[in-house]
Amino acid sequence: MSTPYAKLPAWADYGLIPLINLSVAFIVAGFVVMLVGENPFRAAVILVEGAFGKGTGIAFTLFYATTFIFTGLSVAVAAHCGLFNIGTEGQAYIAGLGVGVVCLAFDSVLPWWLTFPLAIAAGAAVGALWALIPAYLQAKRGSHIVITTIMFNFIAASIMVYLLVGPLKPAASQAPQTRNFLAGAELPKLNWIIELFGAKIRSAPFNICFLLALVMAFLVWLLIWRTKLGYEMRTYGHSPKAARYAGISETRIILIAMMISGALAGMMTLNPVMGDQHNVAIDFVSGAGFVGIAVALMGRLHPVGIVLAAILFGMLYQGGAELAFEMPAISRDMIVIIQGLVILFAGALEHMFRPYVQALFASFSPRSVGIEAVKGKGA
Amino acid sequence: MAQAAIELIGINKSFGAVRANRDINLEIARGTIHGIVGENGAGKSTLMSILYGFYQADSGEIRVGGKPASIKTSNDAIALGIGMVHQHFMLVDNFTVLENIILGAESDALLKKSIAKARSELERLEREYGLEVDPDAIIEELPVGLQQRVEILKALYRGAEILILDEPTGVLTPAEADHLFRILKQLKEQGKTVVLITHKLREIMAITDNVSVMRQGTMVATRETAKTTVGELAELMVGRRVLLRVEKGEAEAGAVKLAVKNLTVKDSRDVTMVDDISFDIKAGEIVGIAGVAGNGQSELLEAISGIRRAVSGSVMLDGKPIDLTGAADPGELRDRGLAHVPEDRHHVGLVLAFEENENSILGYHDDPRYLKGPFLNIDAIMADAKDKIEKYDIRPGNPRLKTANFSGGNQQKIVLAREMEQDPGVLIVGQPTRGVDVGAIEFIHKRLIAMRDQGKAVLVVSVELDEIRSLSDRILVMFAGRIVGERGPEATEGELGLLMAGVERQEAAE
Repeated sequence: MSTPYAKLPAWADYGLIPLINLSVAFIVAGFVVMLVGENPFRAAVILVEGAFGKGTGIAFTLFYATTFIFTGLSVAVAAHCGLFNIGTEGQAYIAGLGVGVVCLAFDSVLPWWLTFPLAIAAGAAVGALWALIPAYLQAKRGSHIVITTIMFNFIAASIMVYLLVGPLKPAASQAPQTRNFLAGAELPKLNWIIELFGAKIRSAPFNICFLLALVMAFLVWLLIWRTKLGYEMRTYGHSPKAARYAGISETRIILIAMMISGALAGMMTLNPVMGDQHNVAIDFVSGAGFVGIAVALMGRLHPVGIVLAAILFGMLYQGGAELAFEMPAISRDMIVIIQGLVILFAGALEHMFRPYVQALFASFSPRSVGIEAVKGKGA
Repeated sequence: MAQAAIELIGINKSFGAVRANRDINLEIARGTIHGIVGENGAGKSTLMSILYGFYQADSGEIRVGGKPASIKTSNDAIALGIGMVHQHFMLVDNFTVLENIILGAESDALLKKSIAKARSELERLEREYGLEVDPDAIIEELPVGLQQRVEILKALYRGAEILILDEPTGVLTPAEADHLFRILKQLKEQGKTVVLITHKLREIMAITDNVSVMRQGTMVATRETAKTTVGELAELMVGRRVLLRVEKGEAEAGAVKLAVKNLTVKDSRDVTMVDDISFDIKAGEIVGIAGVAGNGQSELLEAISGIRRAVSGSVMLDGKPIDLTGAADPGELRDRGLAHVPEDRHHVGLVLAFEENENSILGYHDDPRYLKGPFLNIDAIMADAKDKIEKYDIRPGNPRLKTANFSGGNQQKIVLAREMEQDPGVLIVGQPTRGVDVGAIEFIHKRLIAMRDQGKAVLVVSVELDEIRSLSDRILVMFAGRIVGERGPEATEGELGLLMAGVERQEAAE
């Protein structure tokens, strides 16, 4: 016997409830800040100012957001098909191989605008292939995708460490990374857009990948809600039995969904590798794949929500770095706690405040929550 | 009237914005059998859950034996002498009867004493109420009728004076149901009070002393059973006059549309559920498959519709073979004109999280009418959904509404509209009206007969014997995976009941 959730108006569902969740997360985080003896209001001001106060801050926030949009979309596409892809981290990491090889091969001969599409294709392809193996094991052997993708994260990490301290490392170098790319594999910055609004930017890695991320967000929306393939993925995601009934091949849909998910994870690589560091270094993904899970959940698996959630997490990353710098009592770990609280309240406890909001709405205007559509409760 | 065993005064209960119970007043006399009827979603289960402590009422008072009672958990209810037999049994399958009975009521840290005590108590209960069960039998080896008896024993062992039964006959053969009714009468004679929740009006008439009718969360009437009629109760339940039996003309059967030969199907545990079955369905007739749930009907439906792979056998659709043991999938069968309304609309026939219009193309989403290249043709899908909503009177008539927000009857109409409007040659329907309110049942039955009259071959599988008898032109009875008999629509309930219980087959074997 489930409690029937009445419908809320869309603005409350997608705006008000996330806002309440977020506020609670920040209030609790405020107590944590108080606990270490700092002023939570000042901390909040530093955090927000660090992220949005200056042009450089905004550029960094959007740079981080770009990465999270890719990983968030990756998790969301799989989730729409009922698959929990924990392997975004590994798929992105191993895609660094594809992107790196393309860059190293062509950076001296091609201009960036030719290297870029090749690198997109290579990163997407390697990510997709890496996701294909767990997908195949799930579809054909029933090996649980959560377990296999976690394992594949470790395998990807091991392979990359081997390659970056061995074959891909320049002979003379001590650092576990490839040689730096030449101009042919450096992506143009987008900092000038922010400067158009009068802000000053010293140096920030905000680059053209942001636009690619927005395009991908639109394409994911198109895929999920406007194509036959997306319809099939959602059907399988909600009910594998209904998918079987509708003649949708389980194997096919799992393989396709995971490959798209892996490809999006792989495209995340472009942002730090070609847009920022201009080399492939060890651990360049640094947890962005896992943040993608939170971003996808918080964005309620919708591309618009994911873009907004990615910007929020970009803000936490950038503002958090500033905060750790300004308030010595607050370490990097504290920032992780705040991020954790956001994930807790916005993701895991998403529905905690829902019944209260509903009751509130029902008492104001019963029609707005669709009271006439009484749900069929089992007799 | 005798003293009241239970009084409910002004009970209100809302879930979010949905008011499941509104100002309910109910008095149940001691030592009577009291029926509660109502459509799905009328609030019967909610009311009983409040009485049994699963939910708390928002307001109102409960009196047990004349004294105000506060029932916060099911333990409170048990302490007050209220016992409940759920629709889905709450038994541990691999425990013995005795172990199940003492579960949660162990009188000692060590089991031995509890079991000994329970054994003697059980013997007493058996003597008094005629509730014979082997105390050492393992639950999963018992037929459902006996499992239900164990549930009743469990309640009595805990000292229940008031017994609530929620849809107790859904899983029983007519003979088992009769036996249950004898037990309930026995309980009544011993002074116990029985509350029977059901949607089967026939049972209400047969066994209850009083009956209360619920509609849309309110208690609309309480009647003395002897002074009411099935027609009046049905009208009270729905709020308007309903036709209880469909009117139909003679079938004009044509050529064979679907021929099933020696079909054998196993379930996921590798148990043979359909055992070498052969039958055919002609154009313009409705063939009904009767049987107690779990005798292979579900597997038969799944195999014919391509969802479950058959082990062996051959099936001809319009004279051409379909390979149900290998490559056939539901999509291919649909293309060849076989439509399927599955038994489980919540998980199979519909995606409840989808909007109504999305469900109106499920399975037909490959149809070029609904597509523009790789994209969904939203305009065409919406127009089509609106068209079906109008034709099948689906309410509320909003194709953008989430399917979960439609009532059971309207959900079933969504499935039927989708499958029937594709103009299939063969329509197979599992439990056409399970969990569907009386008003919609009438509509669905009329539609099925209209399909027949258009010359379609219709196969109906249902555990509701009344439904099978009123719809079918031929009735096949399934028992233990085999077809044990074929009868015409004039067959009596007793005759079919015996077949459903496998009686004839056993006699033949002896």
